[in-house]
Amino acid sequence: MTVTLLLQTLLAAPGTGNSGFDVGRMMAIIIAAIFVNNFVLSRFLGICPFLGVSKQLDSAIGMGSAVIFVMTLATLGSWTVYNLLLVPMGLAYLRTIAFILIIASLVQLVEMILQKFSPTLYQALGIFLPLITTNCAILGVAVLNIDEKYNLGYSLVNAIAAGIGFTLALVLMAGLRQKLELADVPPALKGKPVAFLVAGVMSIAFLGFAGLGS
Amino acid sequence: MSLVKDLTNGIYRENPIFKLALGMCPFLAVTTSVENAIGMGAAATFVLICSNFLVSLLRNLIPSKVRIPCYIVIIATFVTLVDMIMNAYVPDLHRALGIFIPLIVVNCIILGRAEGFANRHPVLNSVADAVGMGIGFTLAMILLASFRELLGNGTWLNINVLGPGYRNQPLLIAILAPGAFILLGFILGFFNILEKRRGGGQR
Repeated sequence: MTVTLLLQTLLAAPGTGNSGFDVGRMMAIIIAAIFVNNFVLSRFLGICPFLGVSKQLDSAIGMGSAVIFVMTLATLGSWTVYNLLLVPMGLAYLRTIAFILIIASLVQLVEMILQKFSPTLYQALGIFLPLITTNCAILGVAVLNIDEKYNLGYSLVNAIAAGIGFTLALVLMAGLRQKLELADVPPALKGKPVAFLVAGVMSIAFLGFAGLGS
Repeated sequence: MSLVKDLTNGIYRENPIFKLALGMCPFLAVTTSVENAIGMGAAATFVLICSNFLVSLLRNLIPSKVRIPCYIVIIATFVTLVDMIMNAYVPDLHRALGIFIPLIVVNCIILGRAEGFANRHPVLNSVADAVGMGIGFTLAMILLASFRELLGNGTWLNINVLGPGYRNQPLLIAILAPGAFILLGFILGFFNILEKRRGGGQR
């Protein structure tokens, strides 16, 4: 009984036409989330860590993996709570509060679990985890999945792809900024301004993907 | 006197965008038009004032260990209110701002002011600080949005400024995503020069 219910909700968000799981649609979602609507460079989500943690390649990769990890879990949690708890009880308007609490407690939980069971992973991701609660990309992907009426399968695919897109932008930016350390930048543009200019040029490059997937 | 100081603090000296670099995501995303910028600014200012008020009022009641979750719940409550009010009265604007209304919750300016100011100052000062920060945030958004709307669409607040000739072939990139990054880069550079010009004496 419960299993059938779970399967039903997994494959069809209530009240939408998005039933089933279509590989073509999945590919479209993946390409859109990584390239066409890149979370950082086109949707402007997660700019703070994008600027803050992109000074070194190592930390960029660490932050990126932490974001993919938490994003997937947060989507799982928020989608389930929204569609199985809030909607049936007529509490859909509590979405924002519920999601931010899920994300905050999830981050805390992940931190504790990692610390206990995988100290090496904790050392790699640990310092980035608290920063993630206020990363708007996480809440963003949770809200987007609801707005787009994706079912759970598509939501998870979208979350993982969005995380990969975020990591891609972060790693590219870190590589560029390491080179930028040695470049001769006009004094007025040193630091943040030139980082924004570089992000702009990268964003132009990502505009080239606009025709894909549509 | 200190009320006025708290109020003006956020507008220039500690402008959340140009000086503290907080709240970048909505700042870059919704500045495609001046109208959106004003709408977002108003929404964020409302949440900022309410949350600063409540946090300051409850600052002696909230145990410091769980203060961040408490602040987040307070902020999220007001964001939900704003979301519903905007959906009811300005549905077009609500649609234009889209996902960035619920995302006010994770706007670092609001949590930053709750944690950095409101939990240590009396109610009136906290509200003054929130008003100042809100105005500073809104003005900064209007500044970037003006550039983007003028260059990318030839209009300012939907008023045609640069004439139909320009509107036929505008600098479209200013309204697209790269325009936001590049124009903000130049604006920050300009502020750096300004700072250096007046520099020394102040610090």
